[in-house]
Amino acid sequence: MEKELKILKYNDLSKLIERFRSQGYPVLAPVRKGKVVEIEQVESLDAIALDVLLSTQSAKKAAFPKVEKVLDFTFGKTDVKQVPVNPEAYKETILFGVRPCDASGFKALDAIFGETPKDELYLKKKEKTTIISFSCPTADEYCFCTSVGGGPGNTAGSDLQFTGISKDEILIEILTEKGAKLSTIFADLLTDAKTDIDKSKFLADVNVVFNVDSVVEKTTASFNNTAMWLEQSLRCIGCGACAFVCPTCACFDFQDEQNTKKGVRLRLWDSCGFSLFTLHTSGHNPREVQSQRWRQRIMHKFAYMPEQLHVVGCEGCGRCSRACPVDMNIKEHLTSIGETVIV
Amino acid sequence: MSDLIKKVTQLLNDKTIDVFIGYEKGSADRIRATFTRTVEQTAKLIFNESCTQNLAGYLLKHEIKRLGKIGILANVSALRSMMQLASEFQIKNGEVLVLFANPDGSFTEFIDFHAIEDYLATTDVGIKSEEQEMITRLAAMSVKERWNFWNTEFEKCIKCYACRAACPMCYCHRCTTDVNQPQWIPVASHERGNLDYHLMRAMHLAGRCVNCGECANACPMDIPLNLLTYQLIEPIKATFGATAGMKADAVYALSTYKPDDKENFII
Repeated sequence: MEKELKILKYNDLSKLIERFRSQGYPVLAPVRKGKVVEIEQVESLDAIALDVLLSTQSAKKAAFPKVEKVLDFTFGKTDVKQVPVNPEAYKETILFGVRPCDASGFKALDAIFGETPKDELYLKKKEKTTIISFSCPTADEYCFCTSVGGGPGNTAGSDLQFTGISKDEILIEILTEKGAKLSTIFADLLTDAKTDIDKSKFLADVNVVFNVDSVVEKTTASFNNTAMWLEQSLRCIGCGACAFVCPTCACFDFQDEQNTKKGVRLRLWDSCGFSLFTLHTSGHNPREVQSQRWRQRIMHKFAYMPEQLHVVGCEGCGRCSRACPVDMNIKEHLTSIGETVIV
Repeated sequence: MSDLIKKVTQLLNDKTIDVFIGYEKGSADRIRATFTRTVEQTAKLIFNESCTQNLAGYLLKHEIKRLGKIGILANVSALRSMMQLASEFQIKNGEVLVLFANPDGSFTEFIDFHAIEDYLATTDVGIKSEEQEMITRLAAMSVKERWNFWNTEFEKCIKCYACRAACPMCYCHRCTTDVNQPQWIPVASHERGNLDYHLMRAMHLAGRCVNCGECANACPMDIPLNLLTYQLIEPIKATFGATAGMKADAVYALSTYKPDDKENFII
């Protein structure tokens, strides 16, 4: 649809949350919890940490949570009765106050979970989530969205995007049918915006540090560059912090929790950084050392996803670098891959 | 050229070591580990009061061991981790060259583990006062309050296992939490799974934790995991007279048996 521009008074922002809640929509938004910022259900604007650069974890949990039930089962005498979770039962939800890199992260997840066989659990949740992103007035040294095709005002993946353009006013971009439908709830609070507003004036400066096409090309050609992967990953300790805070990491594990009568099947986040991830029953591990796991992480995002799904699996949010206990800075590593000479 | 760079250059040049585990400037204001293998790489080496990361865990990393003879810049935490690792037969005397930064900025090379033991015997290895305050606060809570405190903290856990990966003493080839025949610990990062994992880990570190705080520093969700194992330091000391990471040949209190062991815990 054609993008529509509106203006909302900052003072009316709290009314939006009130109206969403009174209409029965759960609202998920960034909330401060000590030093971390979580995406959680909120009841009012006061609870929302709109001034933070980024939540600690990405917004992916709105459609792909760390633990998710997929099936109930009961043991009969000769059979097992299975009751899958009905994705239709999900409630229409609003994801509010996330950043453009979170919204665009869902594009990568859509591509992964949209592959055949389609993942209805994710897709239905995503379909029922309306994303209201807030463009970024600030950035830090870990941000590199502009190097992977995004930006502090990138609207990809957002249904509505809000940009503060003065102390009192917010520019609202209505970007999708879903966004337009939701905006009818607060249409009376909106006024028409001038069409010549230069949104970029209100956005953070994020310098482009590498050419993504070159990084994709060189990553794809570097599978056998064992020395490079080893050099980059010497200090990697093999935890899953990077994958679990990442807006596009989508690997999961299934676990059954059961007693003698019944049980549940759960889908859980998993990470290619763990040695257990590829460990075979035989004891053989095709990714025996950490440098091979690090290579997998980078190649999945910058070689396999571009090749198979036509998207880069990274939004440049920098969460993995911030969360990494040993300072594996992905921006730095990608920049160095971009500078490698392929022989 | 700093004393550290001179020293490491010399060690590399005369082939005493093949790799030196030290610190370099990291992203933003961070400091990170660096693995110096050539004289050119020594230029990156730094040491200052921000170099607090315990580097001893890297001594057991397969790909670093493969680089050859290791030298390490150890702080007090790393020295203690090495003593504990030696007592658990994970590293051997003479296997690692240990440099230690003195308060005056010079660097001492420990000739063997006995020299490290002697140094530690006269060093304050206690936990920081703010951590002691938290432990006192936790101890003063009712059981229910303490239960709520930890459950609120564990709710944040995403089971990324950064705490385990960062801990020099979590070196098990197959961690209990990864064993699935039988499944001791639920894999899921739900209430029960998080609680079981953190309590299991704390119990396995009772009397082995050298209070370096790497687990809490590593946690992306800012859970004060170090308090769990720190709380076990005093009871172990009071019961068995043992403090972890002080001696290379210490016998681990919780894995030995003596005929005259107290049995007053048996109900």
